Amino acid sequence: MARTLKLRIWRGSDQDGALQDVTVEANSGEVVLDIIHRVQATQMGDLAVRWNCKAGKCGSCSMEINGKPRLACMTQVSAYAEDEVITITPLRAFPVIKDLVTDVSFNYKKALEVRAYEHPADLAPGEARMEQIDVERSQEFRKCIECFLCQNTCHVIRDHEENKKSFAGPRFFIRLAELDMHPLDTLRNRKQSAQEEHGLGMCNITKCCTEVCPEHIRITDNAIIPMKERVVDVKYDPLRWLGSVIRKREGIL
Amino acid sequence: MTQQIERHKYDIVVIGAGGAGLRAAVEAREAGLSVAIVCKSLFGKAHTVMAEGGAAASMGNVNDNDNWMVHFRDTMRGGKFLNHYRMAELHAKEAPDRIWELETWGALFDRTKEGKISQRNFGGHEYPRLAHVGDRTGLELIRTMQQRIVALQQKDGRDFGDPEKNIRVFAEVTITEILKENGKVAGAYGYRRENGEEVLFEAPAVVIATGGVGKTFKITSNSWEGTGDGHALALKAGANLVDMEFLQFHPTGMVWPLSVKGILVTESVRGEGGILTNSLGERFMFKYIPDVFKDKYADNEAEADRWYVDQDNNRRPPELLPRDEVARAINSEVKAGRGTEHGGVFLDVSKRLSAEVIKKRLPSMWHQFYELAGVDITKEAMEVGPTCHYVMGGVEVDPDSAAAVGIDGLFAAGEVAGGMHGSNRLGGNSLTDLLVFGRRAGMGAVAYVKSHGQNPVSESTIDKAAARIAAPFTRVGGENAYSLHQELQEITHNLVGIIRTGAELAEAIEKIAEIRKRSANISVTGDRKFNPGFHLAFDLDNMLLVAESTAKSALLREESRGGHTRDDFPGMNSTWRQVNHISSFDGEKVNIKSQPLPALPKELFDLFDVHELEKYMTPEEISKGGSN
Repeated sequence: MARTLKLRIWRGSDQDGALQDVTVEANSGEVVLDIIHRVQATQMGDLAVRWNCKAGKCGSCSMEINGKPRLACMTQVSAYAEDEVITITPLRAFPVIKDLVTDVSFNYKKALEVRAYEHPADLAPGEARMEQIDVERSQEFRKCIECFLCQNTCHVIRDHEENKKSFAGPRFFIRLAELDMHPLDTLRNRKQSAQEEHGLGMCNITKCCTEVCPEHIRITDNAIIPMKERVVDVKYDPLRWLGSVIRKREGIL
Repeated sequence: MTQQIERHKYDIVVIGAGGAGLRAAVEAREAGLSVAIVCKSLFGKAHTVMAEGGAAASMGNVNDNDNWMVHFRDTMRGGKFLNHYRMAELHAKEAPDRIWELETWGALFDRTKEGKISQRNFGGHEYPRLAHVGDRTGLELIRTMQQRIVALQQKDGRDFGDPEKNIRVFAEVTITEILKENGKVAGAYGYRRENGEEVLFEAPAVVIATGGVGKTFKITSNSWEGTGDGHALALKAGANLVDMEFLQFHPTGMVWPLSVKGILVTESVRGEGGILTNSLGERFMFKYIPDVFKDKYADNEAEADRWYVDQDNNRRPPELLPRDEVARAINSEVKAGRGTEHGGVFLDVSKRLSAEVIKKRLPSMWHQFYELAGVDITKEAMEVGPTCHYVMGGVEVDPDSAAAVGIDGLFAAGEVAGGMHGSNRLGGNSLTDLLVFGRRAGMGAVAYVKSHGQNPVSESTIDKAAARIAAPFTRVGGENAYSLHQELQEITHNLVGIIRTGAELAEAIEKIAEIRKRSANISVTGDRKFNPGFHLAFDLDNMLLVAESTAKSALLREESRGGHTRDDFPGMNSTWRQVNHISSFDGEKVNIKSQPLPALPKELFDLFDVHELEKYMTPEEISKGGSN
């Protein structure tokens, strides 16, 4: 056992709860999730934590460690100073179920609101031809492991519960951007729907989401800003606006 | 007395939301039936996301010599001819359609120069065959099907005003029992992990798609969910398990630091040119090419290296032998004292590929080693060793319909089903197995429901299932589930692991039985609300049944083949190749019986060079030349 760790773990429900002090041994090379498991096996058999792969691939063990939204399985204990107390709390933007587990159903509701991919009707299975360079733009967003850390950190919903109704959040802006840039998707109004139905306009590009993304997806630069720019383009450029009205009238769109 | 329980009625209940479960659910809903998808985790977190390398399908996009017959042959060879031929045949034939179908649902695979789906090399596959997305192919599969289910829900929303009317995901629900009435499946019973409240699903057909058993072992690449739930549920419901002795130890898991021991290092590292060396710097795999593979693998470095640029005129490097061979070779090197400081061997891709290419083709490997081990794989070698990865054994099924043998209304697909991979699975065959047999299980369940109709659950059946869930809370001061789980993992690791002996297996069987006895006295602290100790009590019960089945089957099989190596019976034995081990459960213990492996029909027999078959089959089998 390499060192003795001092932790403060939040325990409780959506009604009440408090930080509890815990002292636990840690081996070199361990991550915060290992420590939580040791606490569970030796001191708090009913400590609730959500996790799956413990390899940074499933995005289940999202929590806040010393106030930073992180995956517990990818957070090395050695990143904290010897005498530092590590405080572990549940995601703040979502209601607590118990201890470190939150109710993230908000995200699944939002997922249901994004219109699914639509394949070209005349393109049979196996016939699709796409350039690698064209699929890569969407592939960046499909790396998303749905840890919802970006949703948790986004202050539009973190500090304003009332915004949740009209704001899909960064995870679904990259989903919309992914579909928008998908070489084959036939629904052509992704940007407009991001703006009009999913609250893209409420984002003021502070890039907090990009900072916490464990997959290093450039959420703001590659998804949100390009969509915002082109929405503005279509909406405020008088010629393009006129063009879109005419095309709509002719039933082309 | 039954507490207030949540009740649902569906045509089909799918247990498990990995690749196989989701594909079955899509099939059932598209056929017009109502489906519940029940999973232990959140939607989209299933272990399928961990699959890295790719999905094997003979599309022939990179080498047009490939076709289903070549794929079939490779699969049978990989499984050492213990595969159920019909499953291997269906899989090889249908895999390309299943991959192309994903593309129509929005999947974005990496491309060839012509814009087709790119395919990469992998162990045991004669041609580049694995459709992939970098090294996160499993995530692409899961996300694509998750989004397909959302698409079906959106359609139901438009048609019926309720997106969840006919297809609904019940996340974080554990199923503890398959319910039966009149000897047939009638539904499933379980609890919500969030609050411990009990849930009843009434349905005449249940598809089990619960994945693997890795958590039975100490060092594993599996997530916490791999506790053999479906294997145990099926056994308890009266179904059989086939060939549970065959477990795949993936040759390359991380070995350091301790905290990440067992986490998978994708085979793509070797597919992209990574080489294995021991502490003396020897590229040792050349020493371990078995006779049956001598004409397909290079026996010298020069030829092995040339293969990366010219595959038509050179044999493959031995790093790409099937997984069982590579895992045993690494095990031997370490045992002989030629291992690394942390008990593994070196895997190095930095000498063949530039840093930029490594980061592009193996992004999550780079990330994983950099963040968890402080190793930059573009500059240095990784330390790797075997990790329990996959169970070839599983529910005995009818290949065409995925119907479980022994009980009406039960279906199984994916890792939980047995037979497809024989004694050893080839990398890349798992993801297409999920798709091919997930779809078939969906079709099988649909046909069954249409011909059989509903089968209502009686209150007494519900009461019994409920009593079992309440039991751990009624005991005080009993056994701790966490400690029992650790004890079980020590036993399986030490006595039922990669190299086995008769004496050790017999010892394991006794010790597992002891733990099982003690587990009847597990008590749980805290209440029902998201209580991991309570959850583990049920998972452990499943793992104990799986371990018993594995140890007992392994003790009976007196030969070494694929994922079953007996130190006291080295070498394959053609007589044993004709034998399947069937596990059943009598309420007290697992019993094993031998059953003849279905023989290759003539048209499949004739796909092989008879001299190759002679290496596996008895002279009598060869002279028959197939079963018809």
